[in-house]
Amino acid sequence: MNPALAAVRAGLSGGWIELKQILTTRADLVGLLVRIGTLLAVMIWTRQTHLPGTNFSLGTATLASVLGLNFVVYGVVAMGDLLVVEREDGTLLRAKATPNGMLGYLLGKVVSTSGQVALAVAITLFIGVFLFTGLAIGSPGRWLTLSWVLVLGLLATLPVGAVLGSLFPSQRSAGPWWLLLLGGLSAISGIFYPITHLPVFLQWIGQLFPVYWLGLGMRSALLPNAMAAVEIGHSWRHLATFGVLSAWAVAGIVLAPAVLRRMARRESGSTVAARREKALRGT
Amino acid sequence: MKTRLPAIPVAAPPRCAEDVLDVRDLRMRYGKTDVLNGVSFTARRGEVLALLGPNGAGKTTTIEILEGFRMRSAGKVSVLGADPARAGEDWRARTGVVLQSWRDHAKWQVRELLAHMGRYYAPYSTADVTRPWDVDDLLETVGLTPHARKRMRNLSGGQRRRLDVAIGIVGRPELLFLDEPTAGFDPEARHDFHDLVRRLADRQEVTILLTTHDLDEAERLADRILVLAGGAIIADGSAEELACALPSQSEVRWSRDGQRFVHAPDNATVFVWELFQQYGESVEDLEVRRASLENTYMALVRQAEQGAPCGLTAVTA
Repeated sequence: MNPALAAVRAGLSGGWIELKQILTTRADLVGLLVRIGTLLAVMIWTRQTHLPGTNFSLGTATLASVLGLNFVVYGVVAMGDLLVVEREDGTLLRAKATPNGMLGYLLGKVVSTSGQVALAVAITLFIGVFLFTGLAIGSPGRWLTLSWVLVLGLLATLPVGAVLGSLFPSQRSAGPWWLLLLGGLSAISGIFYPITHLPVFLQWIGQLFPVYWLGLGMRSALLPNAMAAVEIGHSWRHLATFGVLSAWAVAGIVLAPAVLRRMARRESGSTVAARREKALRGT
Repeated sequence: MKTRLPAIPVAAPPRCAEDVLDVRDLRMRYGKTDVLNGVSFTARRGEVLALLGPNGAGKTTTIEILEGFRMRSAGKVSVLGADPARAGEDWRARTGVVLQSWRDHAKWQVRELLAHMGRYYAPYSTADVTRPWDVDDLLETVGLTPHARKRMRNLSGGQRRRLDVAIGIVGRPELLFLDEPTAGFDPEARHDFHDLVRRLADRQEVTILLTTHDLDEAERLADRILVLAGGAIIADGSAEELACALPSQSEVRWSRDGQRFVHAPDNATVFVWELFQQYGESVEDLEVRRASLENTYMALVRQAEQGAPCGLTAVTA
């Protein structure tokens, strides 16, 4: 067997094992459900409010948008945080000491974080179908849209998460940035309220990041076509969605290997030991 | 007396086709500080080398350069025939590194993790050596069979350390790096670990480079001891050879008329002869002890710190 192929297989099975661990570790499972539950609570809160200019439930629109936000919650923040934590605890060094270990390690993280995105989307959608009215699901075209947005969304966010995770020196220093990233992006990306109600310059900034487009893509897959009327340009803008998400995916995939290599090169037993000392002193 | 001279002044060791490690004039500088200034040594297949030295002497830096985890400033380094700074994944597969685990893979089960790490080595299996090491056999070897289904975070410190060793050798490496392997072991775990290391070296011809602060461990395990101080190798030889290199380190104990005596003469043999000349049969309970490795080590490091390591060569020449 080819060594790289062996690493790919080891990585895929490792990712699957870690995904199963999340589902069988109480703290992880509770964390996952709390995150999903919090966002569902926001939607239920706004269920009776109407999307401005329509009589469509804001809660239902938010449900679709939040599915897009999940990519940042898991694809960027969870992925990045894993990299920071596992660099700190020596997991990454172990991968480095193994033939093709970094390849397998990264694939494993891609599998486990993608699995979390898919789980969060599936659970939110499953509960949402019972709680909210107005979702337009069921036609093959809509599942197709959901699928390509899902795949492209992962490609656009996971490498960004890996790059950010490589840049932060420690979990402690990364924490506030993740919150800022999540809060800031959801505020300017039209997740909880239509982006058209923001000042125009913020609309432009919001449209630079993938979160807006992921929310838009999910709305286009799950809301009635008439709702496109309240979007920028009164359209679902599938072509632009595809273009922007692809651009992020390409940029991430080009940039990530170099950044990851640079980060991995600096790992050694003494760097891990030094971080351990620091972490133990700090707690 | 045929004694291998300590490697001072640093002379190029003879090159040998069987050399697994060949380090020449290795230098490492951080900013303006020289951590290593001209380290040279070699290791043959199946040899166990212990790297001793005070904290900050450059042990970890040396081992990390050889592991390929750290760039060097200058010097020639050949590990399994390749430069670790540029060697690829196939080279990596032939080396084993025992890392100090802390809280990584906390949710993984012991057997699960070992099997997972082993998968990476399957393509490197040959007719002579089956890779990876059979997981159940390896668990038995490191004494973790009863804990195979435990999650990592539920292991004790000693159990974790044994798993670190297991992961380090799951790919049946030709060369194994151990950085302070038994720190925190209880005496029984230490004994078992020493057995394992000797078995790896003797039966499977694994070359082993270990760093330790435990002189007893170095003496028990190592075929050769390298003493690193001030960024250079100040001694290179077996424990006996190192002891012989320092003459005034033997201790003579005896009793006479119920009184006990201890003396550390320059030449123990001559001293004992003179003792019997003088007192004859009234000398009782005679013991001549060669200097312990600890004494030798302390003397070597002290000499090096005083900047007069060359005295050694003069004595043994």
